[in-house]
Amino acid sequence: MAPLLELRGLSKSFGALAVTRGVSLAVAPGEIHAVIGPNGAGKTTLIHQISGTLRPDAGQVLFRGQDVTALDLPARARLGLARSFQITCIIPGFTALANVALAVQARSGSSFRFFRRAEAEEALNAPARAALERVGLGHRAGAVAGTLSHGEKRQLELAIALASAPSLLLLDEPLAGAGPEETARLVALLRALRGDYAILLVEHDMQAVFALADRISVLVYGQLIASGTPEEIRAHPEVRAAYLGEDELA
Amino acid sequence: MTALLRRQALPLALLLALALVPVLGVQDGFSLGLLARAMILGIAATSLSLLVGGAGLASLGHAAALGIGAYAVATLDLLGITEGAVVFPAAILAAALYALLTGLVSLRTGGVHFIMITLAFGQMVYFATSSLSALGGDDGYTLYGRTEFLGARLLEGRLPFHYLCLGLAAATWLFCSMLLESRFGRVLRAAKEEPMRVRALGLSPYPYRLVAMTIAGALAGLAGALMANAMEFVSPAILSWPRSADLLFMVILGGVGHLHGALLGALALVLAEEVLSHLWDHWRLLFGPLLILAVIFLRGGLAGLPALLAQKLVQTLDRRAR
Repeated sequence: MAPLLELRGLSKSFGALAVTRGVSLAVAPGEIHAVIGPNGAGKTTLIHQISGTLRPDAGQVLFRGQDVTALDLPARARLGLARSFQITCIIPGFTALANVALAVQARSGSSFRFFRRAEAEEALNAPARAALERVGLGHRAGAVAGTLSHGEKRQLELAIALASAPSLLLLDEPLAGAGPEETARLVALLRALRGDYAILLVEHDMQAVFALADRISVLVYGQLIASGTPEEIRAHPEVRAAYLGEDELA
Repeated sequence: MTALLRRQALPLALLLALALVPVLGVQDGFSLGLLARAMILGIAATSLSLLVGGAGLASLGHAAALGIGAYAVATLDLLGITEGAVVFPAAILAAALYALLTGLVSLRTGGVHFIMITLAFGQMVYFATSSLSALGGDDGYTLYGRTEFLGARLLEGRLPFHYLCLGLAAATWLFCSMLLESRFGRVLRAAKEEPMRVRALGLSPYPYRLVAMTIAGALAGLAGALMANAMEFVSPAILSWPRSADLLFMVILGGVGHLHGALLGALALVLAEEVLSHLWDHWRLLFGPLLILAVIFLRGGLAGLPALLAQKLVQTLDRRAR
């Protein structure tokens, strides 16, 4: 099957610091592909280049067979690339429902409509409510997003991503800062999404990554040192040496 | 309709009060002239509130759009054209065009840079009008007469002019409220709070902000055309940068985030100026501290005052009950 997302020789430097060095990887439709690596390995920089927030110095980003290297963040989002952020990025003054309805609005028809009350548009609210239900946040639809708990905000961000009906979800540490219960809920949620969406996941929680990912790529100092199934990565000597503690894999 | 009444009780009460002023006997030219000026500035301030409160764009050049509307009236007057069906659309289009063209450039920046660049454009217009010798330059231009409609001098009468200004102020408020609640306004408001989220959804804030600036400019142009008629005189003072600052202050005093606050702020500023200037020659010395106190203690602005008072009242009653 042709890959949904393909990175070819991606490189990015900030001054003398090479943060991404010749990274090539592919995400197949429907698979969960995790990128792991120690702090400072360049994971977030890589995500930025995939989503279009940063322009790589060299290399290509191909999405659904199309070279999107020159497109910016909104243009890539319109092609079906939805991203969540390491630091929660929601509209704090909107209700949870309005946050998600905005995502529905962004993909359905024009936003240059000036007169009807957007809040009263069932065509936006119904899919938004469905997305909230799917992430288990249906009961909080009317709450102002800024007042949600940290875990709920992470759920809301997922609902926003889902509501934009993407073909690839780009999740930057979706579990960051979540407590154990919230983590369990979010992992179950991500597992339920497998198959429906291709997901590129950057995450520090090793347990979650090994439980979820179909394939794992390991990034160290901006370079991919290994890529494979969780079993292969577990057994990979270089990975063990570079990154994973022996006991973490037990 | 009842939902609208409940949600918008305060602005509707304000508009009703303004409608009742002449009915209650205040009909002298001086008072109504003062109120007309306040309502006209209120229209301009409401359009600025759409930008500041709705889109997070604090323009310090909004008086330029107001002035361009006024100068459109003066220019056409010079050419002998006083027909309202020509004058008003011309004033509105000229100001909208100014806002569109300056918006194309200034919206590429943000924050302090946006404030400075809008100020710079405003100053350019100010100096351009100062050197327009055909329109009196610095001395300004006195209109031959007010704008007519099919030859009828509708704007000459105090009462018709009062209700025209009030009607347009109400329409401006209603129009801007609808805009902010629409899909378009939702994108604006979201981009004000978290532009990265909006971009990640595939929406670039730029065109939305540009349309908002153009609409706000058009409304300020309308206010400018009314202002020229109210004063029957146009000079560069109408678009000096302190006037832009006044408009911004009306928005803040009235309460950013409440569209009707802008009209309230305009009324408060114009009336306070009038009262204080009678009390003391150096009234501006009083005015400054008053404004500072208002900003510090009225976080929600004048529009937030009723809610604040109600809250205080409930707290006091609670304490009494205990």
